[in-house]
Amino acid sequence: MNAPASALNTDDAIKFRCENVNVWYGPTHAIKNNDIAIHDNSVTAFIGPSGCGKSTFLRCLNRMNDTIDICRVTGTLLLDGQDIYSKDIDPVQLRARVGMVFQKPNPFPKSIYDNVGYGPRIHGLARNKVELDEIVEDSLRAAGLWDEVKDRLAAPGTGLSGGQQQRLCIARAIATRPEVLLMDEPCSALDPIATETVEELISTLGERFCVVIVTHSMQQANRISQRTAFFHLGDLVEYDTTDAIFSTPKDERTIGYVSGRFG
Amino acid sequence: MLNWAALIIFALMLASYIMARQRAVALGGDTPAILHSRPTYHGAYVAICTALAGFGVLLIGLILSNIAIGTALVSSVPDALSPIERDLVISDGIAIANDTLASRTDELRETIAALYTKLTTLQIWGITIASIAAAVFAMLRGIGSVAVPFRARNRFEHIVGLILMVSAGIAILTTIGIVASLLGQTIVFFSDIPVWKFLFGTHWSPLSGVHEGTMDPDKVGAIPLFAGTLMITIIAMIVAVPIGLFAAIYLSDFASARARSIIKPMLEILAGIPTVVYGFFAAITVAPFLRDTGAAIGLSVSSESALAAGVVMGIMIIPFISSLSDDVINAVPQSLRDGSYGLGATKAETIRNVILPAALPGIMSAVLLGVSRAIGETMIVVMAAGQGANLTHNPLEAVTTVTVQIVALITGDTEASTAAGPAFSLGFTLFCITLIFNVWALALVRKYREVYD
Amino acid sequence: MTDTVQTSPDASFHSGDAAKARLRKRRNAETRLRAYGIIAITLAALALVSLLYNIFARTAKAASEHYISMEADIAPDEDNFLKVVKSAAKEAFPYASGRKNRRAIYGLFSDGAADDMRRAAEEGTLQTGDAVPMRFLMSDTADLYMRGEFGKLQTQPGPNALTIEPEGKGFTLRTSGDAFADALGLARTELANEAATLRRQKARQSVGIETLEKRLSDLTGPERDDTLAQIEGFKAKRDQLETKANALDTLITGDRDTRLKLSNRMASFFVAANGGILKLTEVAADTALATPLVPMESASGVGGGDWSLRILERPEIGRPVKDMQVAILETLKSEGRIEEIANWRFFSLSDSTQPEIAGIKGALIGSMWTMLVTFCLAFPIGVMAAIYLEEFAPRNRWTDFVEVNINNLAAVPSIVFGLLGLAVFINFFGTPRSSPLAGGLVLALMTLPTVIIAARASIRAVPPSIRSAALGLGASKTQTVFHHVLPLAMPGILTGTIIGMAQALGETAPLLMIGMVAFITAVPEGITDSATVLPVQVFNWANASERAFDMRTAAAIAVLLLFLVVMNAIAIILRKQFERRW
Repeated sequence: MNAPASALNTDDAIKFRCENVNVWYGPTHAIKNNDIAIHDNSVTAFIGPSGCGKSTFLRCLNRMNDTIDICRVTGTLLLDGQDIYSKDIDPVQLRARVGMVFQKPNPFPKSIYDNVGYGPRIHGLARNKVELDEIVEDSLRAAGLWDEVKDRLAAPGTGLSGGQQQRLCIARAIATRPEVLLMDEPCSALDPIATETVEELISTLGERFCVVIVTHSMQQANRISQRTAFFHLGDLVEYDTTDAIFSTPKDERTIGYVSGRFG
Repeated sequence: MLNWAALIIFALMLASYIMARQRAVALGGDTPAILHSRPTYHGAYVAICTALAGFGVLLIGLILSNIAIGTALVSSVPDALSPIERDLVISDGIAIANDTLASRTDELRETIAALYTKLTTLQIWGITIASIAAAVFAMLRGIGSVAVPFRARNRFEHIVGLILMVSAGIAILTTIGIVASLLGQTIVFFSDIPVWKFLFGTHWSPLSGVHEGTMDPDKVGAIPLFAGTLMITIIAMIVAVPIGLFAAIYLSDFASARARSIIKPMLEILAGIPTVVYGFFAAITVAPFLRDTGAAIGLSVSSESALAAGVVMGIMIIPFISSLSDDVINAVPQSLRDGSYGLGATKAETIRNVILPAALPGIMSAVLLGVSRAIGETMIVVMAAGQGANLTHNPLEAVTTVTVQIVALITGDTEASTAAGPAFSLGFTLFCITLIFNVWALALVRKYREVYD
Repeated sequence: MTDTVQTSPDASFHSGDAAKARLRKRRNAETRLRAYGIIAITLAALALVSLLYNIFARTAKAASEHYISMEADIAPDEDNFLKVVKSAAKEAFPYASGRKNRRAIYGLFSDGAADDMRRAAEEGTLQTGDAVPMRFLMSDTADLYMRGEFGKLQTQPGPNALTIEPEGKGFTLRTSGDAFADALGLARTELANEAATLRRQKARQSVGIETLEKRLSDLTGPERDDTLAQIEGFKAKRDQLETKANALDTLITGDRDTRLKLSNRMASFFVAANGGILKLTEVAADTALATPLVPMESASGVGGGDWSLRILERPEIGRPVKDMQVAILETLKSEGRIEEIANWRFFSLSDSTQPEIAGIKGALIGSMWTMLVTFCLAFPIGVMAAIYLEEFAPRNRWTDFVEVNINNLAAVPSIVFGLLGLAVFINFFGTPRSSPLAGGLVLALMTLPTVIIAARASIRAVPPSIRSAALGLGASKTQTVFHHVLPLAMPGILTGTIIGMAQALGETAPLLMIGMVAFITAVPEGITDSATVLPVQVFNWANASERAFDMRTAAAIAVLLLFLVVMNAIAIILRKQFERRW
């Protein structure tokens, strides 16, 4: 279950370039002066022990932290060379370009069709019902859910199983046609079989999107990502190709973590 | 006299506690652990038995004997008298016996007064002796039962459990009491007057057609009252629902913590103002304001217009709707909001497409409870709406409501037994309508909780 | 896994111009929603502010009362203090002769003036003797006049000299410079209105004549004669009306030196000169006929600047304070014989039909007794019911039913509880009507659901670990609950109870049902005496016709709100102080 060889190409264009990023939650310094460059058309994994700031950093990339009153972000975060925290950038528009999938599947209490159609509707991606049908079908196919739900698109999304719900959320995210997909521990609430299906899906998506995934499972990072960043207590300790992180880690803390001495 | 009886029973209770406790201590001697129950429990058990026996006999005796005296007095009056005359004669007799003002003094009334004096004396002595005797009996029996293996704690706790259960039963008793008292008078009323005349008649002036204690069935049509209640309720909801709902949305999803800390107490103040104050406000400020504004733009607005009462009632209901809606909107899980924001939805889109649909049952239930409140609200309409039944669709005219008529009938000068019929029938109608709304609202809220708890 | 190939995401897709235009629209929609929220909250705040302003602005007026200082002759064994006040008034205003004027003078004083003396005499603090300086409480209407409730008396200084000549019982005033032009203008408008009314009547006569004349052709014999006579009558009436109206027209358009009568349907005009006050009864541009209300020291003419014209806009017919009283009050005021003193009477007296001596003591004590009964019943029963439902009751359909029942009771209209109280407590059990006992029983039943719901919530909030710990030590279920759970839940229960009591304190409708609306002037001494309570007192005063009750109603509301604020503050402090997060 290794990542496809073609995706190991390190010449992928850089999608996100982050410099001197700091995040505070009230008085707590959650992210300390981190620099990272995230590549397009590949899967980048953020790993690290609980509370290390990996999810916080992820939420900076589509400004989800804006919804928390006490959170403050400084530094430069460039998406395709454009500062996403500049005044001209509307976070709403940014989030359409940088989609997100959450830890716990959170389908809206609506039908499967409406869940997927929600993003295209609010962003005006479909001019009519036919186009919307097409987008919904494409997205569900891309999420590998189409065959399972095509006969019950009008059924509530909350009635699906956990793995199906998470894939529905992924389909929902894809439907807005984002450039980047952020995933915050997408498999942590799923059973092993559902996890496998979703992991396969993420690998496939990595060929077409810039995917950033937060995970607490090193095996998962190893299986699906091309690059891995290790976070510890708000510091980005080490960032390299996944192979390098797991075979020849340089920092003491990384060595300790990947060899299972702490975490 | 009865106060003394109560005091003596109380003293017996204290005494029994001390005596039983000491007896248990003595039994335990140097090894108190051999007692099944601690001495305090022996004391408490005997004390609670004494109190229950004494006060129980006192209370039940009082209630039963009051009823018995009432029946005895009624049967002592010749059957020839009409019920109204009979009530008058009896109340005069009691007044003579108590040395207060009676409307008239004659032989019959003097006889009744004598009978009443005799019976009440008997009642008071009988109850006093019986209740003290019961208490003493319970006390002696209790103290006698103190023994090493006696499970005083278990028995005491059993009694406490029973008392707790009876307390919980009072809520049920209240409902039964409401239904029984309303239904009793209502059935009597409808034995004279067809139900459909009441429910569908359009002419309401029940007291103008009274002839020898019975009403003219054509003058008890409650449709104008229902229509007036409905109109004022609709106006109130037109004011309260948008304001309350938008305020709740603003509070839960837009307001900063600082703004919330100012706005929430403000709404709580609005909620804590007594309805009589709202009534005063409606009568003295809002109604004249609307009348003058109406006059300025060439509309004739009655000074007791449905509009004034409705608007002020709406203001009263705003905090009700806003706080209940705020609760349910806040109960929508953050993950749903995140999901929507993560897709690039604005706050407005998230609220409209995700939060409101999810919170709809809860909001509906808030609105239903608000409607129930508006229908049953009394003081605002008593002080600001009209008295005369007026079937109209113009909110600028005066209308009357069910609650206004209940107050008018009960506090009016009419014979209580005559006014009770229509008043209690209206009360029963009111209870039934609000019951439907309450139960509907509670069912909705239950369903909502099941989804998100 | 993917069955189709989706078009590759285009970087400009979400940042193109079309998307930007859409975004602007979407952002506008968001701004609109936020604006609706702010508007909603502003409206609610406006309602609250306007309510509180209306109450407290009126309350401020009730905070003081007006007194008139006079000298009174008080015999050592005096018992008719009403007479003392009257003779003091007669002596102070000797010029107010005649029954009508006397009544006007007596109308300035409240019965409370005599009550004050009687009370002082009973306490032995009343000074007796001749010409004792005293303060007499003003009547409600005079007090309202002093507060400017009937408009302020406006002063126009007279610039030119004024000559005064006696004419009949009054005086003729002459000056120059159109000094009385305003009054003349008003008088003319009044006459014009009168003329218009006469012409309307005339028009009706004409219509009558026409109708009768049409009918005439169908009639014969005596009927015809009758109708003819009728027509003649109508015609005479019509001509008469026309003449009258024309006469008025001549007056209106006539010479500005012709004096016109002033009526009590117009503003009142006074002239203050030589220390007296005259009321104008007829005016021309520069002359007027005036009757003295407060006599002048001399009837000599005065120079320019030494006299003034006083105008009270509101017509005499539209105010309870008549011109004579206005003149006397203004004189007293200029002599400094009117005092304004804090109104402690409001808290030491009970209800009265006279607003100036009505207070809330009875209602306050009544509320206290009622709340005592309510608390003694609702608190223990509510807590015990909550303990049973949370800790002992099995979870089954029966307890489900009890739960629904309690939630429903919390939403039953309060007036229904009143009907229950009337039927069960008063008619069936024979509880004394309008007693705090009956009121307290009804309010306890009403408050019970609130207490039960709050108590259940705070009992539920105590973590199960505490119960396990106690049970593990061998405590019985009852011991666990009463020793551990209940003390921990108590702050929450008390908070809920206080909030329930605050609601009960403001409740009115159910108490009307059990007769607490009765007019009761005595302070209740126990829970079986007849009593009234604060909110019902508010209701009664709000319904009273005397205008001076308005501000007292507001003051009673202010007291009620004060109690509610204190109770809620205690609840908030309790919650803050003992709030525990498990």
